Amino acid sequence: MTATASSLEQTTTRRPQTPRRRRRGDGRIAIAFLAPVIVGFAVFYLYPAIRGTWFSLTDWNLLSEPKFVGLKNYATLIHDPLFWNSLKVTGYYVVLSVAFQLLVGIVLATLLHRVTRSLVIRSLLLVPWLVPNVTAGLLWMWLLDANLGFFNHLLVSLGADNQGFLTSPALAMPSVVLISSWSGVGYTALLFYAGMLMIPSQLYEAAAIDGASELRTFFRITLPLLRPILAFVLVVSLIGAVQLFDTIAVTTKGGPVNATRVIYFYIYEQAFTHFKMGYASALALSLVLVLGVLTFLQMRLLRASTSDLA
Amino acid sequence: MSTPTDRRKVTPTRVLAWAFVVVALVVSLFPLYWMLRTAITPGRELAGDNAGLLPNHPTLFNFERVLGLVTREEARAAGGSGAHLDFFLYLRNSVVYTGLITFLQTLFCAMAGYAFARLRFRGRDLLFGLFVGALMVPPIFTLLPNFALVKELDWINTYQGLIAPSVLMTPFAVFFLRQFFLGIPRDVEEAALIDGAGKWVIFWRIVLPITKGPLLTVALTTAVWTWNDYLWPQLVAPGEETRVLTAALGIFLKQSPNTAPDWTGLMAGSALSVIPVLLLVIFFGRRLVDSIQFSGLKG
Repeated sequence: MTATASSLEQTTTRRPQTPRRRRRGDGRIAIAFLAPVIVGFAVFYLYPAIRGTWFSLTDWNLLSEPKFVGLKNYATLIHDPLFWNSLKVTGYYVVLSVAFQLLVGIVLATLLHRVTRSLVIRSLLLVPWLVPNVTAGLLWMWLLDANLGFFNHLLVSLGADNQGFLTSPALAMPSVVLISSWSGVGYTALLFYAGMLMIPSQLYEAAAIDGASELRTFFRITLPLLRPILAFVLVVSLIGAVQLFDTIAVTTKGGPVNATRVIYFYIYEQAFTHFKMGYASALALSLVLVLGVLTFLQMRLLRASTSDLA
Repeated sequence: MSTPTDRRKVTPTRVLAWAFVVVALVVSLFPLYWMLRTAITPGRELAGDNAGLLPNHPTLFNFERVLGLVTREEARAAGGSGAHLDFFLYLRNSVVYTGLITFLQTLFCAMAGYAFARLRFRGRDLLFGLFVGALMVPPIFTLLPNFALVKELDWINTYQGLIAPSVLMTPFAVFFLRQFFLGIPRDVEEAALIDGAGKWVIFWRIVLPITKGPLLTVALTTAVWTWNDYLWPQLVAPGEETRVLTAALGIFLKQSPNTAPDWTGLMAGSALSVIPVLLLVIFFGRRLVDSIQFSGLKG
């Protein structure tokens, strides 16, 4: 998309009616326009990226001078069961939460598109997305509380047993998925809904005249034409899901028994609880590599994102 | 906007669909109601009074408690932890933190987006490529060295420390806005150029006004995101004077005993933290919904 946009622009800049004198010398004014962003990029992206790589080769507790140790952190990392566990747990979360949110989001969007286009309903569905993750975490901790929580109240009144949703190793991660889905699904649905608005309504009218059922209409028209937005939402939710931190920090703190110790939280703990800045940096850089591979796969996937409408 | 035929016909499919929408709404909103319901339940009655839709003896005492309007002894006597929120201070901090980042970041990213879209200079594509590349790097990788930098600058517990890494830019906003500036017809600018206006004037007088929609999208999503941010503020601004609301709630939770959390107090604090969100929906509801749909369209 970027490539086509910039090549398109190249051709337009060479249009003959542009006054000749203006065609050179945007350089100086460009510097003025870009100055803040270049400073920001250099100081808070580029410099930290280089420094982070350097930290990953040191032993550093944030207080004394970093001590160069070569690849020792990486050697530790390879044999660190908690690192592999955190990748596994993160993967589990990502798959579960992305699948669930995409599924519910697309159903919700379809209903909004086909049944009601009420702005009020759309706004209300968006409210949980606006609630800070910390608040959402607190709120759900209470709802899922093992003793007095609303959900257990419900279970007991239905004749079932009390469940420690956030304290049982098997239920903790699904519970976290529930919490983040509550927060995120309205947003996902809105993105899908936007995609659906771009589908020409004549297609639906034609389908209705042909007597196609809603289900058939969905699978034959909505879903295929939604492919670009589907790819976009998939990428955005994947990237977001890997960064799960707030909810874990508030609710389970990685427990019980590492069941929710996702990679972000593990890195955070190494850096700021155990003050192993060097090791945390090595973990972070490894995450960059893992995500690099994933991004590559996503790129392949995004090739499928060219719209059938175009 | 024309809609499919037979919209009003009652069919089993339609009933089922509406049922699903209603369930979705209940699931979205009930937790927030339950938060409020708990917040107005007297602390000591919580264990015996959590069945009905309303508590038996509704009270505002928990709110007074977290706002620090009652003494610590009274708060403890009511079953609380004695911790309180200096709510208005944290609210102010959150507003300053969010306001500064939203305004400046949107402005700077718009300027950069314009330069990348419309100005010609050496190394433009390379520089833009670098920005897009930065989008791929997970924030935690730069967070660790950025924390070290803020610490070395002695900016812990300062506003500049809070806003430093994000105020100047975010690659996504630059990328997003550039896409829109590319779409502005060149003729509009050229007319102004012939009238003798400089690029700077064109940017302010022509480009910004006609891209209000995308600018608002960037500003609103930045604002929501910054307001909700927790990891960075609790790291660099843990002190009372610069603490933001999310960090304050986190601390409030830590002060509450693990074995018997002060749920009524925690829910009162949580309810307070949601008020700004609700105001945002009330005042910007349509724009908010539009702008998110908009960001999806442009993705």
